[in-house]
Amino acid sequence: MANLIPIYYLGKKHMVPEGVTIMGAIENSGHRLVRGCGCRGGFCGACATVFRIPGDHQIKVGLACQTRVEAGMDVAILPYYPAQKVLYDFKTVTDPARALQTMYPEMYRCLGCSACNKICPQDLPVMDIIAEAQRGNLPAVAELSFDCVMCGLCASRCLAQMVPYNIAMAARRLYSHSMLLGPDYVGVRIREIEQGVYDRQIDALLEKSQEELQKLYAERDIECI
Amino acid sequence: MAYPPHFDETLNLVKETRRFRKSQEIKRLNDAERTELIENYHPDYRAEGMEPLRIGPNRGDRVPIELAKALESYSIYDPGRLNLSEPDYSTDILIVGGGGAGCAAALTAREGGAEVLMATKLRLGDANTLMAEGGMCSPVRPEDSPYMHFIDTIGGGHYTNVPELVKALVLDGPEIASWLIGMGVMFDYEADGSLKVNHCGGHSRKRMLSCKDLTGLELMRVLRDEMRDREIPCLEFSPVVDLLLDEQGSCAGAVLYNMDTADFTVVKAKAVIMASGGIGRLHIQGFPTTNHYGATADGLVVAYRSGAEMIHMDSIQYHPTGTVWPEQLLGQLITEVMRGHGAHLVNASGKRFINELECRDTCASACIRECSERGNGVVTPTGFEGIWLDTPLIPDIKNHFVGIYQRFKKYDIDIQEEPILVYPTQHYQNGGLRINPQAETSMPGLFAAGEVAGGIQGKNRLAGNSLLDIFVYGRRAARRALELNGKVASPVRLTVEHLHNWHDRLNALGVPKAQQSPVLLPDYTPK
Ligand SMILES: Cc1cc2nc3c(=O)[nH]c(=O)nc-3n(C[C@H](O)[C@H](O)[C@H](O)COP(=O)(O)OP(=O)(O)OC[C@H]3O[C@@H](n4cnc5c(N)ncnc54)[C@H](O)[C@@H]3O)c2cc1C
Ligand code: FES
Repeated sequence: MANLIPIYYLGKKHMVPEGVTIMGAIENSGHRLVRGCGCRGGFCGACATVFRIPGDHQIKVGLACQTRVEAGMDVAILPYYPAQKVLYDFKTVTDPARALQTMYPEMYRCLGCSACNKICPQDLPVMDIIAEAQRGNLPAVAELSFDCVMCGLCASRCLAQMVPYNIAMAARRLYSHSMLLGPDYVGVRIREIEQGVYDRQIDALLEKSQEELQKLYAERDIECI
Repeated sequence: MAYPPHFDETLNLVKETRRFRKSQEIKRLNDAERTELIENYHPDYRAEGMEPLRIGPNRGDRVPIELAKALESYSIYDPGRLNLSEPDYSTDILIVGGGGAGCAAALTAREGGAEVLMATKLRLGDANTLMAEGGMCSPVRPEDSPYMHFIDTIGGGHYTNVPELVKALVLDGPEIASWLIGMGVMFDYEADGSLKVNHCGGHSRKRMLSCKDLTGLELMRVLRDEMRDREIPCLEFSPVVDLLLDEQGSCAGAVLYNMDTADFTVVKAKAVIMASGGIGRLHIQGFPTTNHYGATADGLVVAYRSGAEMIHMDSIQYHPTGTVWPEQLLGQLITEVMRGHGAHLVNASGKRFINELECRDTCASACIRECSERGNGVVTPTGFEGIWLDTPLIPDIKNHFVGIYQRFKKYDIDIQEEPILVYPTQHYQNGGLRINPQAETSMPGLFAAGEVAGGIQGKNRLAGNSLLDIFVYGRRAARRALELNGKVASPVRLTVEHLHNWHDRLNALGVPKAQQSPVLLPDYTPK
């Protein structure tokens, strides 16, 4: 039996096993989560959590499904945080860097306070991401922000009241859409398929018995690693 | 929370044998050997885990006990009390489920000019799609072909796949890749501008496209963003709890449950596309799962009790490498790509026991044999058992698998130096609602796409084929629904007769009234 330690969930005290995640602890104390839980694996950002530890003035954060409990921690999962997103159809965009700047001009109001960096549970350099966005450096924004789970914590702390994760989202799409165009062979293959090049080959397989298919499968050549 | 001290001995053996294993060839099994291994050790073949269905279109078919119970259950409300004459919503196409298949269907239907409404259980994008790490297979490279992809898929599925469904899968593959690229998905590229491709279990060509090790996250983020840009309405925390029919017996809408207010709402629609995903959170045979919180087979439940047929529901996929230690990560996926990059499966004494590039059911069965009959597993302090995935063999692992590296680092395990303890975990529902190549189920007006649909992957899905399948059939369902939409009038009268009938049959079987479904969410509170 694991040691029990106290935590406070929404202000109420619960004794929970040492070593479990915050999410595990909340469930262990009898709560069946509806909001604030999605993938349970650190991917979706549904379980953004704020907490404080006794004797420490700082506000701390983590994903409830990934963060282990500490004795005395006082936690709340943030189920939802309002955010603004600009609607766009970037098939019509000609200058992607400018498009981002026009969509989210509030990014120039960044005060450089770095509250976003401190709060990001993925440890992303949010402030640098915004700085690169200001410069119109879309590839840099895309790379730096790739691990963003869009949990919303940065938006909850931003003094300039922007929504960094939606700015990064737009930047990644603008970047991919304008600079990662896909190699020509994809289009070539699609045209071959439209022309029916593979229908005959595959239809011939549909006629085959299982034994014949097994033989083809066993004898197929395998590309080296 | 590093490894417990009693692991030292086996960890040393793994380390000592590493050099030898690198040059060791392990032959692939032939068909007969593979069949024998699977039939003896795969959980699908455990008689105690299965039960024949007593009612419905698949009466007599054996399915996992946990699913049988969910299928043979009453609605969670009284259908007689719904106000069917004044639906709360009326739309052309209702899409059930906000994962990859649902978004593909919704965007395609909207592109075609239909009025679309999506209803989903948690938030838009809280779905298995978002969790995919490895990638999506598509036969786009000149060295590859849809023909080879077809053979791999059907061989991997042990020739149980519905061949016409595989044909559509592989022939639509390149168009899907192009559709996603066009939407701004950030796939990985080589310096020469070609798409980066990975090898993975059961495929004879490198054809897995990836977005680092967060492919699903990137796909889902982009699809969700596009859903918002196209202003497609989505009702979150509003799972479907039943389907509604019209007087001809066609699917004509659904009942939604508002999880915030506990109200029930009625939606009328000319077509319903079921895209509600998988089954993992029913914890079949007590297995842990890689699936998201809402994967509770609801789509199968509501469609089945309205009369839609299922296929291959005796077949569940267990991923060979789910995490066993630390226990906080129990059941979580360690991607196949690690084996593609050379990580070995190794038992407690440091020996390999299977070619790591065999299909999932084969590797999973071999791991189970190693821990059970052969007694070569590593036992954790709380009694779980596993074998090693020898990650230090992978060059540059820290950069290649950032996510996994960091996840273990938090528990003081450095996967550059130490292997990961793994055991099979429930991963994917191979079977599902029976569909034809146009994604039509056996019930008029009801379409199915994604993990909830069956037949495409046969009884064993290959890595990377699901992400492709969800988009192929999501788009196909929408196109077919659009085609029919013009021809059918909006349903005039909605009925719940089928539910009354179903309840009567359950009553006659003596099923207790408290047995209700869909399950909606698992319960992890202490009993
Ligand atoms: C951890 C993990 C890794 C994976 N990796 C890969 C990979 O690398 N490559 C690959 O090809 N495949 C992979 N898969 C499989 C693949 O991701 C899934 O099979 C696929 O994404 C399923 O897509 P879907 O749209 O059908 O279902 P989902 O993406 O699960 O979406 C289903 C949606 O329906 C909603 N829903 C459920 N019940 C209801 C209801 N009653 N009413 C309304 N909505 C409901 C859910 O909340 C969810 O939003 C992986 C799966 C997991 C879990
Ligand atoms: S539940 Fe998805 S990140 Fe925690």
